[in-house]
Amino acid sequence: MEITLDLIESHGLTTEEYEQIRKRLGREPNLTELGIFSVMWSEHCSYKSSRLHLKRLPTQGPQVLQGPGENAGVIDIGDGLAAVFKMESHNHPSLIEPFEGAATGVGGIIRDIFTMGARPIALLNSLRFGPLEDTANQLIMEGVVAGIAGYGNCIGIPTVGGEIQFQEAYSHNPLVNVFCLGIAPAHEIFLARASGVGNALIYVGAKTGRDGIHGVTMASEEFSEDSESKRPNVQVGDPFLEKLLLEACLEAMKTGAVVGIQDMGGAGLTCSTCEMGSRGEVGVEIELARVPQREEKMTPYEIMLSESQERMLLVAEKGRQEEVLEIFQKWDLDAVVIGEVSEGHDLTVYDQGSKIAQMPNKALTEEAPVYDRPAQRPAYLDELPRWQDLDFPEPSDYNTLLQEIVSSPHLCSRRWVFQQYDHMVQTNTAILPGSDAAVLRLKGTSSGLAVSLDGNSRYTYLDPRMGAMLAVAESCRNVVCCGARPLGATNCLNFGSPENPEVMWQFIESVEGISQACEVFATPITGGNVSFYNETNGAAILPTPILGIVGKLEDLKQIRESFFQKVGDSVYLLGETRAELGGSAYLEHLGLPLSGPCPALDLNQEKALQDKLLDLIALECIESAHDVSEGGLLLSLAECCFPRTLGLTMEASTPLRPDHYLLSESPSRIVVSVRKEKEEEFLKRVSDLDVHKLGEVTDEIFQVSVNEQSLISVPITRIFQVWNSFLDGVFEH
Amino acid sequence: MKFGVVIFPGSNCDHDTHHVLKSVLGQETVFLWHQDTDLQDVDTVILPGGFAYGDYLRCGAIAKFSPILESVRRHAQDGKLVVGICNGFQILQEAGLLPGVMLRNAGLRFVCRHVWLRTENNQTLFTNACQEGQVLKIPIAHNEGNFFISKQELAELQENQQIVFRYSDAQGDVIPEANPNGSIDSIAGVMNRQGNVMGMMPHPERASEALLNSEDGRFIFKSMINRVH
Repeated sequence: MEITLDLIESHGLTTEEYEQIRKRLGREPNLTELGIFSVMWSEHCSYKSSRLHLKRLPTQGPQVLQGPGENAGVIDIGDGLAAVFKMESHNHPSLIEPFEGAATGVGGIIRDIFTMGARPIALLNSLRFGPLEDTANQLIMEGVVAGIAGYGNCIGIPTVGGEIQFQEAYSHNPLVNVFCLGIAPAHEIFLARASGVGNALIYVGAKTGRDGIHGVTMASEEFSEDSESKRPNVQVGDPFLEKLLLEACLEAMKTGAVVGIQDMGGAGLTCSTCEMGSRGEVGVEIELARVPQREEKMTPYEIMLSESQERMLLVAEKGRQEEVLEIFQKWDLDAVVIGEVSEGHDLTVYDQGSKIAQMPNKALTEEAPVYDRPAQRPAYLDELPRWQDLDFPEPSDYNTLLQEIVSSPHLCSRRWVFQQYDHMVQTNTAILPGSDAAVLRLKGTSSGLAVSLDGNSRYTYLDPRMGAMLAVAESCRNVVCCGARPLGATNCLNFGSPENPEVMWQFIESVEGISQACEVFATPITGGNVSFYNETNGAAILPTPILGIVGKLEDLKQIRESFFQKVGDSVYLLGETRAELGGSAYLEHLGLPLSGPCPALDLNQEKALQDKLLDLIALECIESAHDVSEGGLLLSLAECCFPRTLGLTMEASTPLRPDHYLLSESPSRIVVSVRKEKEEEFLKRVSDLDVHKLGEVTDEIFQVSVNEQSLISVPITRIFQVWNSFLDGVFEH
Repeated sequence: MKFGVVIFPGSNCDHDTHHVLKSVLGQETVFLWHQDTDLQDVDTVILPGGFAYGDYLRCGAIAKFSPILESVRRHAQDGKLVVGICNGFQILQEAGLLPGVMLRNAGLRFVCRHVWLRTENNQTLFTNACQEGQVLKIPIAHNEGNFFISKQELAELQENQQIVFRYSDAQGDVIPEANPNGSIDSIAGVMNRQGNVMGMMPHPERASEALLNSEDGRFIFKSMINRVH
């Protein structure tokens, strides 16, 4: 087939890129080769627009065993164990087909984790949808949640936490970011690289079908109204098959005969073969006739580009492949030797013995184009309203205000969501969903791991750099509130088109913010994912960097829940409350335009607060700790009361207008409860901080006075009821 | 006391159950592979939760054809203990070892949360460590846990005291609001007529350590251990 301009364009390649391919090969590529180049050089696989800037991220640290570039990052967590984790997006497929899009997103990230030799122990997710008043958004959310549940529950990995925001900008572009954490022996990490000429390449798992062809190219384009026609590009997941694959791969790795392994995710067989060859500095040869196929008469082009799910590629030591094949047979899985590691540095593809493609591995991977795309500060930033200029009156009835904000989609309970996820399987879930961070115990040790995903798209829209720093800070704060010390980070960077200089600017600024913050918190980035082209009909999403922080809890006995424990405990606020309502959930609730500035963060002050909190927990000075974020102090206090239906008597004084004070989203604040006997010691230890006594835990009534004026007095059960049932009201009518 | 935990392809509570029996309760415990027929001289067989064979076709419908099921059937016929938890319960129903069928939850969604169970019969091999009417806090996690049975068979279950647990509130009152899945007569766990095979939808293995919010599941495991010693 002749390579025409149309063909090049339909593969998402530019004419310049095509020229580069010709130069690199020294000849015209054939159609299969063009297809292979197009997927490997897509934004999704090559990171061509982001690579330059991602170098800015801190990736080093004594705890880092494996940084970016592999299937997942790895950090040392002591006791001879390593935490293996990563986050990835599955945004485009989830718009077209919410259930399968979200489900295969979960399947993909799980494969990334067990590919490293780790047993996955927890899933979390970060979701963005359009407003729930629109039934189309309800259907997307319902499908996404069911898809995540359907996959995670079946495979037996608990979904233990996450976060959700609603904003108009996500109406035609929902975000589904999925995080997975696994545990492996620190010295038995498997890498995705081929080595040893003559070693066997083993294909394992599902048969290859015509599904998902060009999925990554789809993920590297904006969407328009006819995106519906791309439904066939979305893959269909089979969690049962992946469960078998998970168990079989971990068992096969124990034989010692596996020298390298990679999952077939985006760009399928193409990506796994050339990446393993490239990393291992070897050649790879495969015979397509041996690839198990689900459909008849598949062409080499289709086989190479299929994104059928639940497939893995292993390199087994020459002569020992039978040991590996036997294990897959035990688990009723297709496993076939489809090729071998070869001399040279090329990916060579045969079909029925005849060579049909040959390309240098490096040309497909490391030597893919890198773009320094133009960036420009967005014009909208100069036109943003200031919240101080908005004329909104002080509420006349704070009881009503409280009822309204706890039953807003932004701040209501996520119970309807996490109740659909099996969050307890594997029996490690030490803190149930709804607390600041998820905590998983590590069986066989006295320690645990805490994980939190955070990001506030409204902040990053107002100030991408500050917003990204706030995301890192909040994620670390959540981990610290449970008693764990942050150790490492992953991120998922969701943006519009990088070809738009204003989007590029948002991206670069966000990366800068993450870099600065991760340096201060000593949480190196060990891997992550960039998702560009989140645009539909020319409208981009809000810039949405999501941070995932993993921390270590040395002693599970010191675990802290975010909520109040006992009547009579004193309640304190650590940190200063300033009039900071830009980008707040309060203004969003009032239906006011998104207005700046976003809250300001002092990284060093935040770090000092977090270190102090860990000291207080180690000294057993506090009973609970809950960070103050979206919804301000008021929501934070209500959340502290809900789980045990306890009350609160609070009396605060402030120069701010009471609603500004109660709903400000100033960062670097934590609500703690302290036993009376410990109060003196507590106060001594926090003398160098901004400390405010708020009141006392009671047994029934939620009572708030500001400047000696009683504003709220309501039974906690009533507030709990509206908070707890809001999503039921949306979905279960 | 020797326990055997069966692994079907797709089981996912096998290791959790093994962990509680062996590491928490100190019992000799082995895994039994679905393709095997040798039960390794265990006293009690446990069919754990999960999605055996992906729950394709119908929960438990394929697993009942596993070779090990024949051995489990003989084990039961010999009067020895067999317990099915969640998916294990569904498999025992499909295999005809326990009465009733499971429909989809009345809410048509997967539900994972702690529930309260009232012990309806503490004179069984599975509940003898419980007080009469004791209320246990144990989590559920299922999509098809809506126990259904004909009126006549239900009457037989009631008459023969085969209903082991009912969903209740924290005070032990069996009320419709406390029923998480629409099960008929709020049934959460039943046993066979002979009283040696029991199935329950809630997961006692997830409630056997203080760290996990409840230790009430231990009463059930302890009851079985009591009986054999």
